[in-house]
Amino acid sequence: MVLNGSMAVAQRGTQSTGITTTGFRTVDHFRTSLSSLGTWTENQSTDAPNEFASSFKLTCTTADASPAAGDVAYLRYMFEGNELQGLAYGTSSAKELILSFWVKSNKTGSATVQLLQNDNSSKNISPLYTINSADTWEYKTISIPADTAGNIDNDTGPAVSLIWWINSGSTYSSGSTRTTWTAYSAADSNPANLGVGGATSDYFAITGVQLEVGSVATPFEHRSYGEELALCQRYYQRRGATPAMNGSYYAMIADGMFWDNADTAFINFEFPVDMRATPSLESGGTFRLVGNGTSYTGISTFALQWPTTYGTRINASGSGYPATKNACFLQSNNNSSSYIAFNAEL
Amino acid sequence: METMTIDNAQYNYDVIDNIKCSINATIDGITMSVPLDPANRHYAEIMRQVEAGELTIQEADS
Repeated sequence: MVLNGSMAVAQRGTQSTGITTTGFRTVDHFRTSLSSLGTWTENQSTDAPNEFASSFKLTCTTADASPAAGDVAYLRYMFEGNELQGLAYGTSSAKELILSFWVKSNKTGSATVQLLQNDNSSKNISPLYTINSADTWEYKTISIPADTAGNIDNDTGPAVSLIWWINSGSTYSSGSTRTTWTAYSAADSNPANLGVGGATSDYFAITGVQLEVGSVATPFEHRSYGEELALCQRYYQRRGATPAMNGSYYAMIADGMFWDNADTAFINFEFPVDMRATPSLESGGTFRLVGNGTSYTGISTFALQWPTTYGTRINASGSGYPATKNACFLQSNNNSSSYIAFNAEL
Repeated sequence: METMTIDNAQYNYDVIDNIKCSINATIDGITMSVPLDPANRHYAEIMRQVEAGELTIQEADS
């Protein structure tokens, strides 16, 4: 049920440094959640068990030895409701689950995985696992009991959060483990606090994440990179300037046309995969419009115009464009950091 | 604990029909254009901050 569990796809990049806040930064669909708990580097790392090529790795660069009560650091994966209808939650036919993953850290001892039902007031379960040896990849399996009382909405919204806690303050760590689905209590979220980030260079890495119906974990089901990328593009799609072509960064982004004034061009995008929801547009770097036999670099802003889950028009506002309806196309302006992305993450 | 930092929020209007169709903003330091769709988490957070009195969306430049 987990997409990108092998951490193979990282459309945003392979490394992000100086992280102090929550966000998606490297490996697709896996989000680092932080609140006032240290500074971190996030990697799509090549350090992985033999069966895998990549892992998701968080390394502490500024430690917080004494987190305040409400401080948190965890890794989150979110399911949408329509993905989980087969679990029959909220019925007498509800299915039990088995979660499996590989984990590696310099820290040893008990750690917490938490599952939260976003559709049911964050009803949750917080089973424990143990990291036995420092700096060693270890395979873990965790049983998740069925929930006959919590219906999951059949929609595209956030339904169940899967959380690997790596550190937190007492607000989230002062309770006890939950081994059955029960009403949310913050204190029971991370009862076995691993405490990664208490010292500089602490790290936590994970890969091979798989969630299956049943009580026995089976070998990881590897998908091709193309399959995994297409699954990830339901939530995020990116078109960037890299790699370089003959040393330059003029990547073709999309086609469009100049409108009949000197400050507007329409750029059209048809998404290769329908997205979960109407996406936000992200952009960075510099671009140029090419048409009418000339290139125009005076682009000031991009704005979504009538976006849908299957495509959109973007208004590229600027100055000095042709005042006639000429065809054009959008390119990165020899800038390696230029990108356009569509974001429908949960 | 997962609040987005949202700055410079401003409505966009369709150039042809002059109908409001998205919001441009800087969200957690990233330049974004956000659809008017409650299922979009950026739009949902913008509306939450507006209702909480924490954010004002500016009208488009005339």
